[in-house]
Amino acid sequence: MATKEDIKFLNNPKIGQKVKKYCRFRRFGIKYIDFKDTDFLMSFINEQGKLLPRRITGNSMKYQRKVAIAVKRARYMGLLPYLADCLK
Amino acid sequence: MRQYETTFIIDPTLSGDEIKSTANMYFDFLKNEGCEIVHIDEIGVKQLAYAINKRTAGVYYSVEYTTTNYALIAKLELAFRRDERVMRDVTLAFDKHAIKYAQDKRAGLIGKKKREEREAAAAAKKQAEDEADDNA
Repeated sequence: MATKEDIKFLNNPKIGQKVKKYCRFRRFGIKYIDFKDTDFLMSFINEQGKLLPRRITGNSMKYQRKVAIAVKRARYMGLLPYLADCLK
Repeated sequence: MRQYETTFIIDPTLSGDEIKSTANMYFDFLKNEGCEIVHIDEIGVKQLAYAINKRTAGVYYSVEYTTTNYALIAKLELAFRRDERVMRDVTLAFDKHAIKYAQDKRAGLIGKKKREEREAAAAAKKQAEDEADDNA
């Protein structure tokens, strides 16, 4: 008879487990979002240049608002596109 | 006293001297209005994400300054809007977090590339010291 040790790796233990999302601003203590830092802002927009929702990025409401403002400023200053096809 | 940051884009079709004199004109304007200039960042020519005034590139400048003369912001923005050589501009009032971020950025504490450079420099220095110890 197979013991518990033997069947431990027959199934991937990570399947079905929910990975808890977190707000990276709170976790890493980022207090200010610079609109000129486009590489960082790229992680919050999709291929079309649209803002990603909070349910995907995991940002808290406070920092999602700041990200949105920074992205909009970057768009106005010609650093990020308003419309794009394959940004990434 | 508040700290502000103004970023503006100058038309790249102007000659190099004209671009510099335009930027210096605004820096002098700030100095004449009694601002203390904290830092001037000449970001340089950058490709625009979309065409502005039929231009596909722009020369970026960013200047940080402190002032108590708050009426000058409106004056500065009006001057930018009237100036055809300036394509876009943004002025932000800094809070304490932004001031700290700007200081850290200047010190090279922010940004992956700069951090790598700093670590490489530290490693090279340590190696040089080790070699000096070995020789002694």
